[in-house]
Amino acid sequence: MDLIAHLPALQVVIPMLSAPLMVLLQPRGLAWAGATVVALVSFAMAATLAIGVLNGLTPQYFMGGWPAPFGIALSVDAFSAVLLLIVTGASAGALLAAKPSVDQQVEEERQPLFYAAWMLAMAGLIGIVVAADAFNIFVFMEISSLASYILIAGGPDRRALPAVFKYLTMGTIGATFYLIGVGLIYMMTGTLNIEDMQNRIGDVTDINPILVAAGFITIGLALKAAVFPLHVWVPNAYTHAPHMVTVFLAACATKVSLYVLIKFDYLVFQSRLVDHDMQFALFLMPMAILGILIASAVAMFEGHLKRLLASSSIAQIGYILLCASFISTLGLSASVVHLFNHALAKGGLFLAVACLAYHYRDLRLDQLGGASTKMPWTCATVVICGLSLIGIPGTAGFISKWLLISASLQIGPWGWFLVAIILLSSLMAVAYVWRIIEALYFKAPVEGVGPQSEAPIQLLAVTMLVAALNLYFGFFPQVPLELATEAAGMLLEGAQ
Amino acid sequence: MKLLELLGYFNYWVFAIVLMVGLYAVISKANLIKKLIGLSIFQSAVFLMYITMDKVEGGTAPIIQKGVENQIFSNPLPQVLILTAIVVGVSTLALGLAMVVRIKESYGTIEENEILDAD
Repeated sequence: MDLIAHLPALQVVIPMLSAPLMVLLQPRGLAWAGATVVALVSFAMAATLAIGVLNGLTPQYFMGGWPAPFGIALSVDAFSAVLLLIVTGASAGALLAAKPSVDQQVEEERQPLFYAAWMLAMAGLIGIVVAADAFNIFVFMEISSLASYILIAGGPDRRALPAVFKYLTMGTIGATFYLIGVGLIYMMTGTLNIEDMQNRIGDVTDINPILVAAGFITIGLALKAAVFPLHVWVPNAYTHAPHMVTVFLAACATKVSLYVLIKFDYLVFQSRLVDHDMQFALFLMPMAILGILIASAVAMFEGHLKRLLASSSIAQIGYILLCASFISTLGLSASVVHLFNHALAKGGLFLAVACLAYHYRDLRLDQLGGASTKMPWTCATVVICGLSLIGIPGTAGFISKWLLISASLQIGPWGWFLVAIILLSSLMAVAYVWRIIEALYFKAPVEGVGPQSEAPIQLLAVTMLVAALNLYFGFFPQVPLELATEAAGMLLEGAQ
Repeated sequence: MKLLELLGYFNYWVFAIVLMVGLYAVISKANLIKKLIGLSIFQSAVFLMYITMDKVEGGTAPIIQKGVENQIFSNPLPQVLILTAIVVGVSTLALGLAMVVRIKESYGTIEENEILDAD
């Protein structure tokens, strides 16, 4: 018990302090080893916190010993525990596998700086999740964003630079919108602590500033979370980033912003604004549905492997938002479980992409012919994670699709329409996953390109581990389900 | 009366106008440096909003002095927040400029449409 009370703070402090140390680890490979150890330690801490939350604890840490509404508090509940597992798990997994791929893509003398930026990005993302203070969330958001711009631009592809510039402009606008919203709420309530905000917002007499704040915060965070139609920075940033950075960011970066969006909406705004649930449902649900359909359609016709997967990510964000907009326990649990399962499926797919990219310079689908004969294990993991992305029974994706459909059926006659959309988009997912499989298994190899052997064992082992986890959580989904149900209960309690 | 009421919100009007000037520059300019200037203006507008709301009429700097009692103070918290936000703004700008330098090195131009044509 003694240690667990300090874990929320250590979770942020350890990666953040290790970042400058990475720069000093100049000899070859040391920076990688250091970063991996730190990520694994963070993952162990996140797991301890998650177990603590499952046992009914709510670890809290007050910075400098100042109690909550006055000082800065860090706290972990069931919802943040899920996100902590995703962030630290994605980081640890990607780093364990990273060495061969990063050696290929980043010059040796720049690698310590690269891993330092990685640690900062991880510290920022963890900070957003554990912070109980709205302004701290802004600061951590900027730390993680600035570090991830550096990571994305760290590779050899010059097209990453304009992509990062676009991400930087849109990300800064999003964060500034969030800052305006927080300022307006502070103006009306006089507090920055989210829990305190929740209590005091009921006493506000003039609710117009709160309405404006709700608008700014929703749009700002939707920009960061790549909610359709604010997603335009995603495809290029994911496609041209170094492959391991794509694994890390695709698995957790947008999801953390989505976490803040859901938390603010349920804990702060729902309780005060009249008919806010209607606005949330009527504003975010159409965006989610359009996102699901259009992004899936784009993915069906996309010719570049990484860009295809990035489009599919935008559709998945749509699913998560759609479940959240039902405002029911089942919908919210579906949302949280899908956050977790999608991180597994997409993380696994991008890891497999990194394996393929070790031998293929060009990742367009028509260049990948015949990969299955030389890299059978990599292609097998693509199939398993692809099935999980579609939601085939026996994989993790099935659990969240199932919850999503049951939650849609709960909301009355409109539910059938949503079920139809979910089924249609799942069919589209079948189509685009099939295009990848077709390219890997059934196309003839292109002359002169192609691997002689499998990907390096280190990269391949982690990829296969993630694929195995996709199957494991398909058969034994208890842990994420339990955390998600508890998180949904907590969020809805705040809404009443 | 109506006019006076509107003028009473002078700082907030300036905040909204400066915010939009910045956003317009980000969206409409093709030159990356000009975009960054717009982004900086956009962020600075928010500083004005925070500083305006912490002002208490007749309030002074929140420093406790011997022999001075019943003094009205301005709220120091938003000022501290903005100090942090300024640091964030400066680092974003620095990183953005570094990106522009690297774009210039590898593309030979900093005009957005020419960069799009180059790939």
